[in-house]
Amino acid sequence: MSQTREQIEANRRRYEELRAAGQELAPKGLPEPTARDGAPIAPDAVIHRENVPPGWYAIIRLRRGDALRITDESGRSSVSLIGWREEDTSERINCADTVKVQWSAAVGKGRVILSDMGRVFLSVIEDTSCAHDLLVGGSTPASVLAAFGAPGRNTQENFLAAASKIGLDVRDIPPCVTFFAPVTLDEAGRFHWQEGRKRPGDFVDLRAEMNLILVVSNCPHPLDPARPAATVPVSLVKHRAAAATAEDACRTGSPEANRAFAFTDRLFV
Amino acid sequence: MSNADISDAAYICDIPAERPWSRVLRKGQTLRIIDSEGQQAVDALLYCADDKSERYSSQDTLRVQGSAYIDLGTRLMSNRGRVMARITADTCGRHDTSAGCCSCESNAVRFGELTKYQHACRENFMLELSKHGLTKRDIVSNLNFFMNVPIDPVGNFTVVDGISAPGNYVDVTAEMDVLFVISNCPQVNNPCNGFNPTPIRVVVRDAPGL
Repeated sequence: MSQTREQIEANRRRYEELRAAGQELAPKGLPEPTARDGAPIAPDAVIHRENVPPGWYAIIRLRRGDALRITDESGRSSVSLIGWREEDTSERINCADTVKVQWSAAVGKGRVILSDMGRVFLSVIEDTSCAHDLLVGGSTPASVLAAFGAPGRNTQENFLAAASKIGLDVRDIPPCVTFFAPVTLDEAGRFHWQEGRKRPGDFVDLRAEMNLILVVSNCPHPLDPARPAATVPVSLVKHRAAAATAEDACRTGSPEANRAFAFTDRLFV
Repeated sequence: MSNADISDAAYICDIPAERPWSRVLRKGQTLRIIDSEGQQAVDALLYCADDKSERYSSQDTLRVQGSAYIDLGTRLMSNRGRVMARITADTCGRHDTSAGCCSCESNAVRFGELTKYQHACRENFMLELSKHGLTKRDIVSNLNFFMNVPIDPVGNFTVVDGISAPGNYVDVTAEMDVLFVISNCPQVNNPCNGFNPTPIRVVVRDAPGL
């Protein structure tokens, strides 16, 4: 249906207002990164601890309100993550909507990670590095062969194996987020690895806003130039987090996040 | 486009504004997508015709290329690391594969709940994919031809006015038999279609590497 001049002008005006709010206002309200010795988890909030060896993966189930702390103890690991809504695995993490809706590929503390159904999948409630990748994705058999000159364990095959263990398959594997992967772009759109933005003890806390099945893969990011690759585990702590109140920093971080939270809450009324 | 340009066409179709389309391209065939009136985003998915669990992968494509935008020479990679197709001509110069497709649900988050009940690319994809035994589950992060989404060094990610002029085209040459699925984007809430969706034309030629 052809749009009238008035509709076009009104929609452009609204778009410019949303863009200004999303790119000029919202970033000023984002919380500071977490200190690496900050945000201790109370011992009685811990549900489960697990270490993921280098090259391996773990399947983690989170109930709404649970959080997952992922810690890069060595400062040399990266952790790729995908996941699904437990009750309906056709709903899944969506990197494209996450960056598009929040007007930013720089997803860090105070931001949300969206599902493909306009709902909040995970909230980034603590984050020491705010250096994560949603564009380039995880390692694959080909990327490992090219980087290290020999076949090796990789995120793509980890995701396939993990999906298979919960009754899913290659059709269910969406693009991933990789934490502790400081990827940036230059003016020409070339990707670069930003040295100096990974430190030992970096962590993120991801709070589930719906019941989730997650897969985390402890494999070097394909752009990580470090040789040899990290040979250390990453640690996972599943814990009970405070629920997202009306004043929650991730909920109030932007009008878009606020709407996505409202749509998510409707699953649970 | 002059008649001379379509004299060797094996197939021509005008896709109306807001509508989906799909066709199997044989290895070596070239699909030309023509932005007939300019500033029209064309969302696209590719599946290996012989095994549709092998499909286009935006992240594999960007990793292999080392940069964020689709243009002349880009190899469109599958989730199994194979080249599905190449961009063999491009008179526009800027296409996206990071922004995904619009959906009723993401529109409601981006633009307010009143936009939830507007037609969207994902609705097109689900309907078109259903003809091939595929579902929402099979919708991956897609290509957006003629869509201009600069990502700046601090991460700002913005859909801005398209740079394609009327008649601009992009050629995609298949390197395997591929099911090519298009949604002629119905979005009216951002500049990807100049806020006014318009028709496009697709032309298939047998000759490779035009």
